[in-house]
Amino acid sequence: MSKVTLTVNGANRELELDTRTTLLDALREHLQLTGTKKGCDHGQCGACTVMVDGQRINSCLTLAVMHEGDEITTIEGLGTPGNLHPMQAAFVKHDGYQCGYCTPGQICSAVAVLNEIKAGIPSHVSADLTVAQQTTAAELRERMSGNICRCGAYSNILDAITEVAGGQT
Amino acid sequence: MRSFTYERASSPAEAAAAAMRTEGARFIAGGTNLLDLMKLEIETPTHLIDVNGLALDKIETTTEGGLRIGALVRNTDLAADERVRRDYGLLSRALLAGASGQLRNKATTAGNLLQRTRCPYFYDTNQPCNKRQPGSGCAAIGGFTRPLAVIGTSDACIATHPSDMAVAMRALDATVETVRSDGTVRGIPIAEFHRLPGDTPHIETTLVPGELITAVTLPKPVGGKHIYRKVRDRASYAFALVSVGAIVQRDGTGRVALGGVAHRPWRVEAADAEMPRGAKAVAERLLAGARPTDENAFKLPLVERTLGAVLAEAKG
Repeated sequence: MSKVTLTVNGANRELELDTRTTLLDALREHLQLTGTKKGCDHGQCGACTVMVDGQRINSCLTLAVMHEGDEITTIEGLGTPGNLHPMQAAFVKHDGYQCGYCTPGQICSAVAVLNEIKAGIPSHVSADLTVAQQTTAAELRERMSGNICRCGAYSNILDAITEVAGGQT
Repeated sequence: MRSFTYERASSPAEAAAAAMRTEGARFIAGGTNLLDLMKLEIETPTHLIDVNGLALDKIETTTEGGLRIGALVRNTDLAADERVRRDYGLLSRALLAGASGQLRNKATTAGNLLQRTRCPYFYDTNQPCNKRQPGSGCAAIGGFTRPLAVIGTSDACIATHPSDMAVAMRALDATVETVRSDGTVRGIPIAEFHRLPGDTPHIETTLVPGELITAVTLPKPVGGKHIYRKVRDRASYAFALVSVGAIVQRDGTGRVALGGVAHRPWRVEAADAEMPRGAKAVAERLLAGARPTDENAFKLPLVERTLGAVLAEAKG
């Protein structure tokens, strides 16, 4: 067992965990934040995507004890049913899901993607590494490739992210 | 996952010393590969030494005009670094061709070099694998070999090294800086860092037990066009069937390294010398002595054609 203190959605949370506990299991099983989903549990599907210190990661592939003092943002920290984050509202508006299981990961990833583009981080499809990146459909598709949707809602997910990106520029 | 004890290291030398103190200890940085393998009990460390607090996350200019990349620099940060994008575009491109945004945010420079193979038989614990269990045999030979190595193989192992970044590092003549448990440091040329499988495919690098990577250094920029072309089964987020990393100068000279074909990033200096003569000549030298299977023989012409496309892009 090992002690760790995390800041989750703005609140300090002290936990005593088996060292094997992933960040994902700490959130779901110990903090009852079940919005973050366990899909493949091997970093291949993106359903477990959360933000740590502002950066999106797969919470299934990191140990909770490795995050002492880190700030974790989950889907529950982005918005609430009565006060949706613009990305959540856009997913609803554009029907960016079917079963909804991948959706929290998609939304956390999408919010981070727009921040990454703003920060000038290039992608595999960026034609020129030395200029500012654009929020084109090709860029968004490439950057969202770590989030799988087996219902195949990709085109609507793209529409939702495109709308939020448009509102930001 | 098997249980393990956990500690946070306080300095690189202390981390190396801690690794020698405990049998079965492993370093953990990004953890994206190690934890995946621990869940499958392919990796079963008894003790994890967390090196994330070691402040090895800077990218500095060296006195020789190159770059010193800290072992813990994340793939995203390395790909986005202004100097890397400007002077080592090949490295930036290779990093961006690998994994997903989430994984690149976590994966480190040193960890990327130490990635284990994605050979399906290494992952399937019901199958023999000389890499996972030395001496047990190789189920890949005679099995499903489409993604596997075509050159530098042995009768014990036909796995590939999965990294894109390492291909760029090989073409860029990087040096891997390390510290050992007694505090001594050394620089290992990337050409000597990854081993061929031979009879001991479980020994993948020339690191000694407890040795910790602290940085990867790049010589001063060599100019030229930097191109990384990766051929894979999906447009994004898949390992390479074949990848070509090249630096091409205006006069047609240059250097090239391959991914997806061997147990290590594949470069043959004699092939570099053929670059002005075109893709066929280069591919012949690069792949001399290749031993593909029926299922992966397609990689040989694929290398030549991908190289042809890269050289055409460099001219255009």
